[in-house]
Amino acid sequence: MTATPSFYHQSAPPGLTGIKAWLLTHDHKRLGLMYLGAVFFWFVLAMILGLLLRTELMSQGRTIMGSGMYNSMFTLHGVIMIFLFVIPAIPAIFGNFFLPIQLGTDDVFFPRLNLFSWYLFMFGGLFAIISLFAGDGFPDTGWTFYVPFSVQNSKNVGLTVTAAFILGMSSMLTGLNFVTTFHRMRDKRMGLMQIPLFTWSLYATAWVQILATPVISITFVLVVLERFLSIGLFDPAKGGDPILYQHLFWMYSHPAVYIMILPGMGVISEIIPVFSRKSIFGYKAIVWSSMAIAIAGSLVWAHHMYTSGMSDVSVFVFSLLTFLVAIPSAVKVFSWVATMYKGSIEMTPPLLLALMFIYLFSVGGLTGLVLGAVGTDIHVHDTHFVVSHFHFVMFGGTGFAFFAALHYWWPKMFGIMYSFKAAYVGAVLTCVGFLFHYVPMLILGMQGMPRRYYDYLPQYETGNFLAGFGGYVMCLGIVIMFVNLLRSFRQKVPAPADPWGGTTLEWKIPSPPPVHNFIEKPQIMDFPYDFKGVVEQSQQNDR
Amino acid sequence: MRAEIDRVGIKIGMWLFLYSEIVLFGGLFVLYAAYFHKHPESFAVGGKELDRVIGAVNTVVLLVSSFTVAASITAIQKGSRKLTIGLLVFSITCGFVFLVNKYFEWGTKIHHDIYPNSETLVNGEPGLNIFFGLYYVITGLHGLHVIIGMILLSISLVLVLAGKIDGSRFSMLDNSGLYWHLVDLIWIFVFPLFYLVL
Repeated sequence: MTATPSFYHQSAPPGLTGIKAWLLTHDHKRLGLMYLGAVFFWFVLAMILGLLLRTELMSQGRTIMGSGMYNSMFTLHGVIMIFLFVIPAIPAIFGNFFLPIQLGTDDVFFPRLNLFSWYLFMFGGLFAIISLFAGDGFPDTGWTFYVPFSVQNSKNVGLTVTAAFILGMSSMLTGLNFVTTFHRMRDKRMGLMQIPLFTWSLYATAWVQILATPVISITFVLVVLERFLSIGLFDPAKGGDPILYQHLFWMYSHPAVYIMILPGMGVISEIIPVFSRKSIFGYKAIVWSSMAIAIAGSLVWAHHMYTSGMSDVSVFVFSLLTFLVAIPSAVKVFSWVATMYKGSIEMTPPLLLALMFIYLFSVGGLTGLVLGAVGTDIHVHDTHFVVSHFHFVMFGGTGFAFFAALHYWWPKMFGIMYSFKAAYVGAVLTCVGFLFHYVPMLILGMQGMPRRYYDYLPQYETGNFLAGFGGYVMCLGIVIMFVNLLRSFRQKVPAPADPWGGTTLEWKIPSPPPVHNFIEKPQIMDFPYDFKGVVEQSQQNDR
Repeated sequence: MRAEIDRVGIKIGMWLFLYSEIVLFGGLFVLYAAYFHKHPESFAVGGKELDRVIGAVNTVVLLVSSFTVAASITAIQKGSRKLTIGLLVFSITCGFVFLVNKYFEWGTKIHHDIYPNSETLVNGEPGLNIFFGLYYVITGLHGLHVIIGMILLSISLVLVLAGKIDGSRFSMLDNSGLYWHLVDLIWIFVFPLFYLVL
């Protein structure tokens, strides 16, 4: 086994050396790592922006920046976090790296298209950077680019919207690649109900990416056209209707929420059974709930618009549909918890992060019901309650799943182990800081503090100060977590092929994997989460 | 890396892409539906101002070119290269004819001061402004797709001439053909919505 060189030492297509072996690669594993590098950069940048925003809000009045700057900053924070971190993070990094391996194949179906998607991603990021410095600076519209403000605004909205358009293309092409790979490249002996859950969740995500992304593309095209030609499609004076913009925008952007969370749920579905040494509870239910979330999640977009003035009938229908999405999500949460019941649990950093995910995601989901119900939503609409809710889901959910995935697959991707102790400290600080950061926001929102406001009344100062304090603790935790992972490159503690006792195919091959993933044809198990072999092995070792 | 080319897989990928194109236009059709509901009278007035003859000619041109593209794919599979080249050249010419017609159609409208943000539209009936706004956006985007389709067909043509596409390797031509049919299909919806039903 040790004789086989890893994908770091062999390029695909063969014969490329140096930087070319990366920039022209068709290898899904290298592309995954290239996404990791880019996404890491954007995450740290947007995290710093977020921290600056909360620092500004820690005390009343001007603290470190002016109000115009503040508006641009929260827009930038939102745009980067959504389009350059949360959407691409898990599918583009871990999906690229592990989807082909979990399906028992050597690459995605369209390897060159995969490389093209990466370039689109980088190009979109570059556009976003250019729009910071070119023209009149970054827009202050918020990441939603609502008309009429985004059309009348003198700032660089056109360029930023174009950047988002290109990033959407990249995400859609990745989805297209995954769906085709799923159907055509899967090992012939692997039936649909033998596919690992992470891959299933990516499949559901990929469909949403293909289905929903073109809607945002055309919406962004219309914003740019309006800016250049002033057609008036969303301008009431010219016969247009601004609410239609909101419909088009959320027709993509709500399904996009599921593009963000579904892969995270997939990660958790991998981690929980491995460290419980117990087959996942309700495999089929989890598969179907992924698909159900993908479908139902595409039909709830207007719950962002209860106060926009649309008809009461629509409000009622969308509220009902919104409640339906809670069912498959809860199926997953109960399945994870039931998997752990009577399992033989081994605590590791990925499991700890997965448990934090379950808790934080549940809070996010339950506060979502408060917003999905019309009566309560009218009260807290556009307040800090909303901000807190979606950070619980997006950050407490997808963010923590991302951290968990990093810690879970790090040994496989780089062939090295990291220090558990520092990882625990980082994870706990992040989680405690998270709660300090976002729970005050829930309360502030209930008391009526609006979102996106530069300044506030004196009674909100304590809450905002606490939130800022929590933000610092959280960022400290994240820094510890990342530094610990990066330090593992220096310590170079080699990782075995299967450090955790996992059963899916990626744990059957060397760490890091060879360029064609499998040296010999992989054994396909009847059920991907059958831990009998792993348990027997560890019992033998104990004797 | 793969031993043989998986034609079905390539086609699945292409179909998924075409699907996303349909959704792209779908967003515009949603706008059309909503605004038609809001300003039915203005839409009827606007629709009468469009030239049905040019529209009908363009429809025929596109349908014929779709047929010739399909025929060229059959021709390459049967090994008659010359026929393939002839059919492709004809199809690309049809694309040109379509664009030239569109140019004259738009030109006449612009000459009559009907274009986005023109005096007549801004000061006139709001519904009419929306109708022509949508007309320009949808036919403009469709025209862009015609151009992309022509580029794809031209690339296929060059590859056929270079001998890179033949009876055993024709996925590029096949997929360009599919794209051309999509362009046709979208027009089949645009034509009645703007020229006929109103």
